[in-house]
Amino acid sequence: MAGTWVIVEQKGGNIRKVTYEMLSEAKKWGDEVSAVVFGQGVEALAPEFAKFGADKVYVVEGDIFANYNTGAYVAQLAAMINEYQPNAIIFAHTFNGRDFASRLAQKLEAGLATDVIKANVSAGKGVFTRSIYAGKALAEVEVATVPVLATIRAGVMELAESAGAGAVVKPAIAASAADVYQVVKDFIPTVSARPELTEADVVVSGGRGCKGPEGIKLVEQLADMLGAALGGSRASIDSGWLGHELQVGQTGKVVNPNLYIACGISGAIQHLAGMSSSKFIACINTDTEAPIFNVSDFGVVGDLFKVIPVVCSELKK
Amino acid sequence: MKVLVCVKQTFDTEAKIELKDGKISDAGINLIINPYDEVAVEGGIQLKEKGIAKEVVVVSAGSDKAMDAIRTALAMGADRGILVKQDTAADEYARACALAEVIKGESPDIVLAGHVAADDGSSQVPTRIAEILGFPHVNVITAVEIAGGKATCTSEADGGTQVTEVSLPAVISSQVSWNEPRYPSMKGIMAAKKKPVSTVDAAAVANKVAIVSVALPPSKQAGIKIEDEPAVVGAKLADWMLNTVKVEVK
Repeated sequence: MAGTWVIVEQKGGNIRKVTYEMLSEAKKWGDEVSAVVFGQGVEALAPEFAKFGADKVYVVEGDIFANYNTGAYVAQLAAMINEYQPNAIIFAHTFNGRDFASRLAQKLEAGLATDVIKANVSAGKGVFTRSIYAGKALAEVEVATVPVLATIRAGVMELAESAGAGAVVKPAIAASAADVYQVVKDFIPTVSARPELTEADVVVSGGRGCKGPEGIKLVEQLADMLGAALGGSRASIDSGWLGHELQVGQTGKVVNPNLYIACGISGAIQHLAGMSSSKFIACINTDTEAPIFNVSDFGVVGDLFKVIPVVCSELKK
Repeated sequence: MKVLVCVKQTFDTEAKIELKDGKISDAGINLIINPYDEVAVEGGIQLKEKGIAKEVVVVSAGSDKAMDAIRTALAMGADRGILVKQDTAADEYARACALAEVIKGESPDIVLAGHVAADDGSSQVPTRIAEILGFPHVNVITAVEIAGGKATCTSEADGGTQVTEVSLPAVISSQVSWNEPRYPSMKGIMAAKKKPVSTVDAAAVANKVAIVSVALPPSKQAGIKIEDEPAVVGAKLADWMLNTVKVEVK
């Protein structure tokens, strides 16, 4: 039994920041840390993982690994676990990461802690904190099987650079085309200059108080001045002003940026569940009684149509 | 074609969470079908209305209370229900094993479920069921076309939208934006009372994950609240963003 494996999240050679967050976290556990990267032509990425302390980099290359697909990735990783016997494996809690981890966990008849926000792993024992009820409560869970499996929420583990050897290991390829059961017919990337909600440092969200696309435009303007992600409460999604993928809250995404700005959002418990763990929270709302003020570090009682333009022009100075 | 929908009974998403004796209290909490599963039920019923599915079977694992969730799905238009009686403390592994056991006996062509539950937020069970059954799985779908023994699914993916084709039988898990679930009609509610629901005991399977403790997150304190002319409050907010939060202006 040896080491912690960090499953790299990358697409087309672009490494997601959560990969480095996971490597930084795994270093704290005192065990050997390896990055495991699947893809095509990804060996060149190895030095990037070494910067965050990866002692080894397992490189899994081949046509069938070019893009994530459950069957081939699970078959390959299961074979590698069998050969190298890692103590713990962590994945990013992305759509792909949690699909990968869940299917692998069942194949191994193992436990899995998903969407972890705090970890304590040593000697094949893993205790994790995960938010339940979309952050309304926290559960501490122990995964009783080895390797310990978990998916880690983006943006919660602190980045810490440290030099690792980054020695490339090329494991035997155990998966074949016969393991691929999903045929990807099309992939339409989201065309947006804005960062993704769950990875952004700043999130600016609009709610019912935006009253329509005009109000949303103001929210977008503020978001773009801050290089922020755009989000919305259920009211603005249900009204069709924003797509569902931008919903923040219990039936949408849980975000934890450095700064969250709620514009025209009253702060229903459903919404608060998705953003209360943000480091700083500001709000603009006409209703002085709105619950959003109870969680805001800086609350402005006012009309977003009048306040946002002032904020934008002040920021420009 | 037979469609089987897995539903979980969860707290209303507007519920306030409180602890009692170190556990989440369900006192006074309104119980609903997990919103993601409700969309799966609607999706199954629509497949029947389109003539693609002949029967829609609803399965729920949990306590006797979960019968309400099954009855609601039947009132929406599902044909038959199965309650798998299981300790509510079952983990994702035990839950998936119990459901898969029942699903095997039903031999469905399509298994639908929400991609995540609004309570534990684990998003594991449908994927685990697919693995046990040896079925392909498409996660987080927002649309599906069934034709020629295949399902072509549009799903939310990391950084975009993906269109994936799998052969049936398959597990398909829904995103809430797939459809708008109908409210049960009075006629539907009456009809549901006569629809068959069977009850089975879950296979005895040990958990793989133990809950050590449950706590409420530290409550966020309200900070500054200001009310004045837009020019004044706007300038103060900008100042706070620049000097306290230290945002970068692009």
